Amino acid sequence: MIERSFTKRLTSGLVPAVPYLWLGLFFLVPFLIVLKISLSDPAIAQPPYKPVFAWSDITGFLSALDLENFELLTQDDLYFRATLSSVRIAAISTILLLFVGFPIAYGMARAPERHRSLLVALVILPFWTSFLIRIYAWIAILKPEGLLTQALMGIGLISDPIEILNTEWAVYIGIVYAYLPFMVLPLYATLEKMDDTLLEAALDLGSTPWRSFWTITVPLAMPGIIAGSLLCFIPAVGEFVIPDLLGGSETLMIGRQLWSEFFSNRDWPLASAVAILLLIILVVPIVIYRDVEARRMEMRP
Amino acid sequence: MPPPSRQSASVGAVRRAFAPWADPDAKPLIRFENVTKRFGEAVAVDHLTLDIFEGEFFCLLGPSGCGKTTLMRMLAGFEFPTEGMITLAGQSLEGVPPYRRPVNMMFQSYALFPHMSVEKNIAFGLRQDGLPKSEISDRVGEMLRLVQLEKLAKRYPSQLSGGQRQRVALARALAKRPKVLLLDEPLGALDKKLREETQFELMDIQHELGMTFVVVTHDQEEAMTMADRIAVMDHGRIVQVATPGEIYEQPKTRFIAEFVGDVNILEGHVQGQESGLWHVKSPSAEMPLTIDDPDEVLHSGQAVAIAVRPEKMVVQREKPGPEAVNVLTGEVWDIGYLGDWTVYRIRLATGEILRVSCANISRFVESPIDWDEQVYVTFAPGAAVILAE
Repeated sequence: MIERSFTKRLTSGLVPAVPYLWLGLFFLVPFLIVLKISLSDPAIAQPPYKPVFAWSDITGFLSALDLENFELLTQDDLYFRATLSSVRIAAISTILLLFVGFPIAYGMARAPERHRSLLVALVILPFWTSFLIRIYAWIAILKPEGLLTQALMGIGLISDPIEILNTEWAVYIGIVYAYLPFMVLPLYATLEKMDDTLLEAALDLGSTPWRSFWTITVPLAMPGIIAGSLLCFIPAVGEFVIPDLLGGSETLMIGRQLWSEFFSNRDWPLASAVAILLLIILVVPIVIYRDVEARRMEMRP
Repeated sequence: MPPPSRQSASVGAVRRAFAPWADPDAKPLIRFENVTKRFGEAVAVDHLTLDIFEGEFFCLLGPSGCGKTTLMRMLAGFEFPTEGMITLAGQSLEGVPPYRRPVNMMFQSYALFPHMSVEKNIAFGLRQDGLPKSEISDRVGEMLRLVQLEKLAKRYPSQLSGGQRQRVALARALAKRPKVLLLDEPLGALDKKLREETQFELMDIQHELGMTFVVVTHDQEEAMTMADRIAVMDHGRIVQVATPGEIYEQPKTRFIAEFVGDVNILEGHVQGQESGLWHVKSPSAEMPLTIDDPDEVLHSGQAVAIAVRPEKMVVQREKPGPEAVNVLTGEVWDIGYLGDWTVYRIRLATGEILRVSCANISRFVESPIDWDEQVYVTFAPGAAVILAE
């Protein structure tokens, strides 16, 4: 009996620790390493920064750390512009994703019950192919002599090839395509739970279907809208592959800047500083979301 | 005691001055004309014709799947008839969507908007009409007073009890002052005590507002208590439309007799008619049974069922005299003491079990009837109804 309650206590103590352990090991520790590198100076060495951490000279190590890289970020407006452009592209993409994703999720939630699990499987299906390959495929579609141009010229809608590849439009198309499941699934989850009689009640009380959609469906789908938007917006801000492959050299995004600092300039400390900056930008919306959620919970226990 | 003469007798104890259905000149508010509704192959409502009058408290009663909910949903505009026509105040409802009908519904699940406070829920319909803000808040206040929820105006549905939610749903449906209020199993989710209280409250509210109420229910007690008239439905058809008293005392078919209240059914064959009374030979009784049901048109030898309510039978230990009619002999099979009533289950020689209930009018009973005793069950000719098979 005693033993049993001991193991019970042990497991009940350990189970909540699992996520903390995971986050500590794979998020907090790497974060601290990146933070430390961001405070270091670049060096032509292996690794390419100094000082290198050493217990023997802890005071010398700490005194060598400084905020120079962050100062540089504020001085060169390239980083500011890249950040702004990333946030803008991510925001526009998220709105586009909502417009594309909502009807899909709504249609799925309204589909006969026996079709729903198949539809969910189909939404997830693209994940079976490598993300990289799918983005490369878009090059073939969007390039001037690609499938899209051919199709549009074929039906006589346009007479000259259109420039889409290597513009911001290609980035939007790529992001919307690649992130759609992250928008559709949380939306579907909330819409599917929604009680249809609520819409009937709204109609019965004199609200047109269009108004009922805005006054009933959308507010009740809000948790899914917020979750889907965050799931798309956050990774989209730091997106590197899509702007690099589809956006051409003109498209400025912070993730790309980070990549070039790391691999082209081999300036690990500056790249780390960019990474930290990116993290701060992304933490803000999450905190706001949590705040909103907490207030909602308070309002409706 | 001789049975009262047929002319002065009224079926059921309740008398009502309100009876527009008896007036041939009265125009019905709602009219179903030969309405059929099919879902694929299944027929939910089958060539149904029905009139409902203004100010009526009308109940659609029937077992689940009888089509009563479909009938109500057609009135609300969520379903449209496959054939036939529905008119409201003389105007056809064909093609009129739910949001353009002067009809509101209280849903079985209440369907309160979870993201809106009580106030906002009640105001929802009024806001769709674009009423000025001051009028909306007046009307909401009035509704909150009507259902006694003034103190809970700012609460959310999740913070209310079942009974409170039911009131919000009622207030929301009443707020627009519809011509007709539809109530789908309005008391289904409440516990027994609350249900009884709310029945009377609903009747009071209906009376106060003078509105037409159409209630769907499968609970016959609920229908009996509240309704001016009841339509009993079965398999998409209306079997009988009548006052609660008529439904109970003068059921048209065996289905109604058995669905509404408890009933004992004795099978037999008509022997003939004598001074207005029918004689029926039944294997359950030694002597032919005598039944006072002059409205029935029967012929000799016809197979009939005789329906007698348990409270209209008397159980006794002493053998009745030779002048007594309708005597059945059996033994006590079971006794259930319910406080206000005692229910005897009496087994006849044919193996049939009769249910006889007896009001406990005194606290003291000298030598009560006991299990396995040989007893006699009698009933008056006016207590029974003949149902043609």
